[in-house]
Parts: sequence; structure tokens; C-alpha cells
Amino acid sequence: MDVEALRRHANNIRINIIKETAAAKSGHPGGSLSATDIMTVLYFEIMDFTAENAGSLDRDRFVLSKGHASPALYAVLAEKGVIDEEELLTFRGLHTRLQGHPDMNALDGVDMTTGSLGQGLSAAVGMSLANKLDGNSHRIYCMVGDGEAEEGQIWEAAMAAAHYNCDNLCAVIDENGLQIDGPTAEVIGPAPFEDKFRAFGWNVISIDGHDYEAIYNAFMAAKECKGKPTCIVAKTVKGKGVSFMENQVNWHGVAPNAEQRDQALKELEGN
Amino acid sequence: MAKATRDAYGEIIQVLAAENPKIVVLDADLAGSTKAAQVKKVAPERFFDMGIAEADMIGVSAGLAASGYTAFASSFAMFCTGRVWEQIRNSVAYPGLNVKVVGSHSGITVGEDGVTHQAIEDMAIMRDITGLAVYVPCDAAETKAVIRHVANTSGPCYVRLGRSKVEDVYSEDDDLDVTKIRILKSGTKIAVFACGLMVQSSLEAAKLLKKEGIDVTVVDVCAIKPCDEEGIVNILKDHDTIFTVEEHSVTGGLGSMICEVAAEYCPRRIYRIGMYGFAGSGSWDVLLKEYKLDGQGVYEQIKERLQG
Repeated sequence: MDVEALRRHANNIRINIIKETAAAKSGHPGGSLSATDIMTVLYFEIMDFTAENAGSLDRDRFVLSKGHASPALYAVLAEKGVIDEEELLTFRGLHTRLQGHPDMNALDGVDMTTGSLGQGLSAAVGMSLANKLDGNSHRIYCMVGDGEAEEGQIWEAAMAAAHYNCDNLCAVIDENGLQIDGPTAEVIGPAPFEDKFRAFGWNVISIDGHDYEAIYNAFMAAKECKGKPTCIVAKTVKGKGVSFMENQVNWHGVAPNAEQRDQALKELEGN
Repeated sequence: MAKATRDAYGEIIQVLAAENPKIVVLDADLAGSTKAAQVKKVAPERFFDMGIAEADMIGVSAGLAASGYTAFASSFAMFCTGRVWEQIRNSVAYPGLNVKVVGSHSGITVGEDGVTHQAIEDMAIMRDITGLAVYVPCDAAETKAVIRHVANTSGPCYVRLGRSKVEDVYSEDDDLDVTKIRILKSGTKIAVFACGLMVQSSLEAAKLLKKEGIDVTVVDVCAIKPCDEEGIVNILKDHDTIFTVEEHSVTGGLGSMICEVAAEYCPRRIYRIGMYGFAGSGSWDVLLKEYKLDGQGVYEQIKERLQG
């Protein structure tokens, strides 16, 4: 694992998240930035995903259940060479392949259409079952928001994944602690995720979601776990990497204006 | 012979699953009732009981479909449409995935379970979803033709089936094009469009009307969406007065669909026969009688409106 390379990729991805949302004048920078390091490790160290096999099912796949973090997914696809960086600036525009929330038919490399919260983990379970039927060794990864885990369907899917021994499935909870109406603990209190997933029959690993080594080790440990699915509970910082966005609930679904964009880029480009 | 459409589903899904290794079948703890469990006889590894978790069943079906499988997902019509409308819209129809939602025990003929289990809005809410086809077969042969058709057709759909035994309208040897309307009886001036087990009720009503010298045309409309617009317009052109008969709310289903086609291409006086509110508990035959949806009831409703 080349930590320096990962840091560089993650920084580029963060720069592009800022550029995308600023260009679109809308979107969700906070939850995109919190998920960035995890997605960077996944796409650059864990998954067998390349620009060449982006359109194929014959590889590991990733479901962004928290579909509003689409700027992060598109920035990752640009960093992997699936799309040009210029196209990122079409995000949320008319006829763009970079829909507000991911559209699997618009763009190779988007493995599931998501956006309505709570639904992606079920789709990931379906993909996991399909891989088992097909007898292949590809793995399914699924990123779930902590606020998103307030949806009942997440727990229906959690029950099914354990029941069907979906050990080729690895979910990640991006636990940034904030949702639109405020801190998750104040809104409805979905935590603790570790106890809940363990009680649902999952292998659970708790990590700092910005520590590359910890993220990498967790994914590797998940691969080794047989007979049950793994849930990585990643403690993250919403808005991570941009000082004035960090841990600010207001940056959930608001795009930076030109001045804020420049300030954010100055910080990131100085890294 | 009489057979429930759900029984026909149980028979044909076994045949199709045996023929095609890419077919998977899911259910939400009602597999014995919907007959989805029948597939276990031929492909136990491709049957998934998702428990009483319909939202997850639809999402898992979407994931299987996104991996190249054709997923049949069944439950009672109430729970695999109403409870999961948004999952079907966003995880299935929007991405255009090969998920075939099969709702059994539709309408009031689910019977004694009462209003909570009587889906009389399912056609309406499914019909409005972009890209989702809707079929309502009337008997065993038509059910098998529909299931075979959707298994071989790319994209999502909803198939509406029933609990009660219904008389055969067709033979399994008939070559049925389920995308077209079918004229079962030709009459003059008055046409009756029906779907599901209201086809049998309408045929019976037509017999009673004939005795009184009223000769109506009876049309089986299995494809609610996309509908056979040309066929429907031809019927409208040839008749003055139109009736629609459905075991469903009169808003949003067959009646509304025929009204929409008529309003645009061939306006006619149209009377909608169906449910005008919730029903209640009772055996299926008693309920059909109470809500005037058996042969005698449909006959009476048609006569009443003609005299009105």
C-alpha cells in the first residue's frame, strides 16, 4: 500500500468534489468529503476496478447507497480515468451523465442507481447473492450513510445479508455524525452501529475512516471473514479536508460559492 | 375447469426456471400462498425467501437483476405494490431492471382477510410508474402466457393475480398475444372492457343481457400498460356505449385507462364498474355478489345504467 499515492488521489478527489458542487451550484460536499478516503482506498487498493473494465459485471462492484455523495463517486471515476475531469463540471446539468444522484445507465462505473436513501444495501445483497449463484469470487462493497441507516430497509437488508451468509459483501457506514436536521444523536440517534450490526449477525470492524492503513486493514480483514457479511463502521468527519466545512451540519447539501470554492481549493491545493 | 391464476403462476414459474438458469424467484413469507414456492421443486438454489420485508425483497431483486438475472418477486398485491411503490419506482423502474413483480391475492377476492389485504389501488399506482408494464390476466392460460411473455421481455413489470379459482376462458393450447386486446364475444352498440376475473363476470353478464335482446361485445384487456391503443380505439369506433369492469377502484385502473384513450382518440359515453370504496371481510363469492361484481351483479349494473 502506497500511503503517499493514496493521499494524492484523495486530495485530487476532494479538489474535484469542490469543483463539481461549485460548478453545479448545488450538491452535497459534506458527505462526499467524509467518504473520500474510504472510497480512495477501495478503488485504488482493494477493488479490481479499472477504466477498462468499468462497463463490465466481471469485477468487484460498489454501491453508493448514500447516493447524494455522487460528487465523490464521479471524482473517483475521473481519478481512475473512466471520465475526463472536464466532464465533472457538467454535474447536475441538463442531459449530463453525472446526474444529481447516480444513474447506472448513464455512466459505466456506476454500479447501481441510488439516491433514495435506504435502498442501496438491498441491491448490494442482491448482487452478493448473484455472485454466489454464479460461483465467482468478486466482492460487493456498499457505502451507507449513518443518517441513512435510520431507514428501516437498511435493517431488513442487514437481516437478509446475515441469513444468506453474504461473506462476499462488505458494507461501510460513513459515520460522520451529522444529518440535515442536525447531529444524528440529536435527530433520532441511530448509533451504536457496532452493536446493532453485530446483533444482526455481521462481522463488525470499527475504524477511523480517514486512516488509510486502518481502512486498508479493515477491507483485507473483511475479505478473510467467511460465513457472514462484514460491516466496517468508519468514524469520519463531515466536510473532511476543508477547514470551514469540517463538522458543520450546514455543509450537508449546500455548494460553495465562488469565494468559498477558491478558499477550499487553496487549502486543498496546498496539501 | 377452474383454477386460480396464482396456481397457474406456480406451474409456469417452475417450467421457466427449469428452462432458464438466469431466473430467480423471491417472496416475502407468502410463498406458499403466492405459489412462488413451487419453484423450489426445480431450482431450490434460485428461490429466496426474504421474510416479511417487502422493501428489501424489491431491492434484492434489483441487485440480482443488475447482475444479469431475471427476478420474479411476489407477495400479496397489497404488499408488493403499495408498501414498496417507491422502491419499485427508484430501484427497479428508473434503472429499467429485469424485475417482475407478481402480486397475488389482488382485489376484494382475497376475501375474509378484509380491507387491509384487499388491493384495489395496485393497478393505479403501478400504471403511473414510467417504464413499468402492467398485466392483468383473467385465467390460467392467460397467466401462463403473460408470465412467459414477461420472462422473455426485457424490463420491469407488474402482473396482477388472484386468489380464487376462476373458470377457464382460454385453453392452454391457445396462442395468446398478451399485448393485444381480445374480443371474446361480438355484439352491437355496447362494448364491455374487462380485466382479470371480471372477464368471466362480464361474459356471464353478456349471456343474461342477450336473453333480453341486448347484444354486447366483451373484450379482454390483459395489457393495462402499455395498452393496445389501436385495438381499443377500433372497439370504441364500432360502439356507442362503453362499460369497463374491474375488480379494482374505478380510479386509476382499467376504467381510467379506457377513458384516457377514448378522450384522446374517440370520445364515448363510458360507465365504470368496479370498486367505489373499501369492501370488508367475507368469502370471495359473497363479496363479489355484495359489490355487484359477479355475473349477475355486472348484468344488473349494466342494465341499470342503460335504463338510467
